[in-house]
Amino acid sequence: MNKLKIPAPKYRPGDAPNFENMMVGVNQNLSKPNIDSAPLDMMDHALGLVRVLNDEGELYGEWIPDISDDELLKGLSDMVITRIYDDRMQVMQRVGKMSFYLKCTGEEAIAVAQTAALEDQDMCFASYRQQGILIARGFPLLTMMNHCLSNSQDICKGRQLPIMYTWSEGNYFTISGNLGTQFPQAVGWAMASAYKGESAVASTWIGDGTTATNDFHQGMTFASVYKAPALLNVVNNQWAISSFQGFAAGEGTTFASRGIGYGIPGIRLDGNDFLAVYAVTKWAAERARAGHGSTLIEHFTYRAAAHSTSDDPSKYRPENEQEFWPFGDPIDRLKAYVIKKGIWSEKKHEALVKEHTKTVFDAYKKAESYGTLSSGDRPEVSTIFEDIFEQPTNTLRRQRQELGI
Amino acid sequence: MTQMNMIQAINSAHENLLERDKSVVVFGEDAGYFGGVFNATEGLQEKFGKQRCFDTPISEGGIIGAAIGMAVNGLKPLVEIQFSDYIYPGFDQIVSEAARIRYRSAADFTVPLTIRTPCGGGIRGGQTHSQSPEAIFTHVSGLKTIMVSNPYDAKGLLIAAVEDPDPVIFFEPKRLYNGPFSGDPAAPSQSWENHEFGDVPEKYYSLPLGKARVVKEGADLSIITYGTMVHVSLAAAEKSGLDVEVIDLRTLSPIDLETITASVQKTGRCLVVHEATFTGGYGGEILSLIQENCFYNLEAPIRRVAGWDIPYPHAFEWEYFPGLDRVVRAINIVMEG
Ligand SMILES: Cc1ncc(C[n+]2csc(CCOP(=O)(O)OP(=O)(O)O)c2C)c(N)n1
Ligand SMILES: [Mg+2]
Repeated sequence: MNKLKIPAPKYRPGDAPNFENMMVGVNQNLSKPNIDSAPLDMMDHALGLVRVLNDEGELYGEWIPDISDDELLKGLSDMVITRIYDDRMQVMQRVGKMSFYLKCTGEEAIAVAQTAALEDQDMCFASYRQQGILIARGFPLLTMMNHCLSNSQDICKGRQLPIMYTWSEGNYFTISGNLGTQFPQAVGWAMASAYKGESAVASTWIGDGTTATNDFHQGMTFASVYKAPALLNVVNNQWAISSFQGFAAGEGTTFASRGIGYGIPGIRLDGNDFLAVYAVTKWAAERARAGHGSTLIEHFTYRAAAHSTSDDPSKYRPENEQEFWPFGDPIDRLKAYVIKKGIWSEKKHEALVKEHTKTVFDAYKKAESYGTLSSGDRPEVSTIFEDIFEQPTNTLRRQRQELGI
Repeated sequence: MTQMNMIQAINSAHENLLERDKSVVVFGEDAGYFGGVFNATEGLQEKFGKQRCFDTPISEGGIIGAAIGMAVNGLKPLVEIQFSDYIYPGFDQIVSEAARIRYRSAADFTVPLTIRTPCGGGIRGGQTHSQSPEAIFTHVSGLKTIMVSNPYDAKGLLIAAVEDPDPVIFFEPKRLYNGPFSGDPAAPSQSWENHEFGDVPEKYYSLPLGKARVVKEGADLSIITYGTMVHVSLAAAEKSGLDVEVIDLRTLSPIDLETITASVQKTGRCLVVHEATFTGGYGGEILSLIQENCFYNLEAPIRRVAGWDIPYPHAFEWEYFPGLDRVVRAINIVMEG
């Protein structure tokens, strides 16, 4: 008899998902430890779930952050733009204006709230699913779109697939298509910050699936050995294309708890709770800046959209699974909270959505006027030979001549 | 015989292998339940059970390392690396381990392992879904390297790779999955239907490793090529109006020197074509072998057509791709030379 065990998700297409018991026995009322706490003293945080907004949209517990009304409303606004931007770009991909797109629907808080809690000097080593960082830091939508359209104004000069943004000025590292590579790089950036005696920290994001890469473990080891001032985020959206997080050895444990073995505190949080992301980021950044090293943060969330425009999730998971996700939607939750707080209203929200829809639409029209992948308005062809090195080699010069440009 | 595209042929090879040999086991990222991002393993888990075809963590080093361990313990792993652009985290396990275990242990341990991986561009995949890294592997002793160009060969050679007692890297040009490609992106896309090599037996068969195929006979000039460029070379041969011989290497290592030298000794002119970058590409090796074996038969310098020495640029795919015009131009230069 074949005794090899192969994990399987609870629900497949056609099943009725039920997550009611998912959090039974999980501590959701965690203390806020001192920033110099030892990893072993934070076991509960690695296995529990930090939340600030409860299911009724009320604040509770020790992690309630000190955050201004302006910051709250900016966070809401940035999440709303991110979602409208994603929807628009996906539609434009569908009609053939670009080759590829990838949304972050349901995960907006993870990028936007963490960016809000970081300082502008802090460096972000994101995966391809944190476009919210760029939006929160004010990267122009037009620039983002020009890149996705691979047009004459593309910051990557047509060399990269859409969504592989780069923005050194905004302290946002060039996105790699090879999973996980940014993880140890962020640690190295943080080591350099410490070396130079500076206060900037690095933050990096990878998916649940990507914790299986060599890079994750290499990054963890270096972060621990050198007490690098880094925030190490695992976005556990339950899926890695068609593979559920059990294929990243997530069953019966948490990704946050992986920190403990490396001597790094791990905190799992409700990734659909803007305030929880904000609060834990503040704590981890303060810890890093004070010289106590890295924190591994697991953002527990759900990938509400398809993996990308090349993917059809109805082939491997129940079509409406996200509707059963017990932690709701990050935008709805923050919106309900600010309304309850009396600083926002349905009417204002409607107006905001309308305004952003127009902003995104106008930016897109403008971007399209610079060309699309199919229209042929691209950077000069000769640029394909540039930036291999600072100076082209003689071989590259010869090849360029051979191409006749 | 049945009409199959290259994915169907590869899928059929898996099916035959899994049916015939209990020790064959198939795995890779998204390769189990979902059947792979290109559907190469579709339906296998359902048919053979989840222990014979399963998903893996996103760890190419883990996939190959575990496959080596399984091979050493009597299984015949047939694994998928989702894109050859993502094979590098498994590089150490391939180069330092799989390729050397037989030698370093004086055949005390051996590694019957097959690694399948889609390669090549032409699908707007950008620089991380388009590379052709074959020369990195042909450089390693102890590895066999294959790149197929049609459904019939894909099935027969994949079965041969799994039957082989040593590690084999099996490259599948993804641009050819649905049909041959003449190198002109503006031309209507072709399918394998009614193509000579789209006719694939459903039953188990294998083709010999290390044997090239003369795809088209000719007297004026030999094109030595493989993968997607076989079809581009055929189209260029036709466009040139000359009597060009086109050789599809199929197995890059071990290389079929006899077929190459017989051809070049006959024609006296030779062009080597591949999609991978030029410098250090496998073309250099082919050229050296021809120089060593056919020098006195040559009537003109041998030329190479290859990708430029740059990453595959997303919006400039067709400027990178060594397409029809570049191959025709090179044919003419070699003819004049
Ligand atoms: C090294 C490497 N292997 C495989 C891939 C193909 N791939 C792209 S995204 C992906 C899934 C990633 O899942 P996860 O880390 O959970 O991130 P998510 O997409 O859910 O945000 C895979 C397997 C890749 N890009 N790089
Ligand atoms: Mg994921």
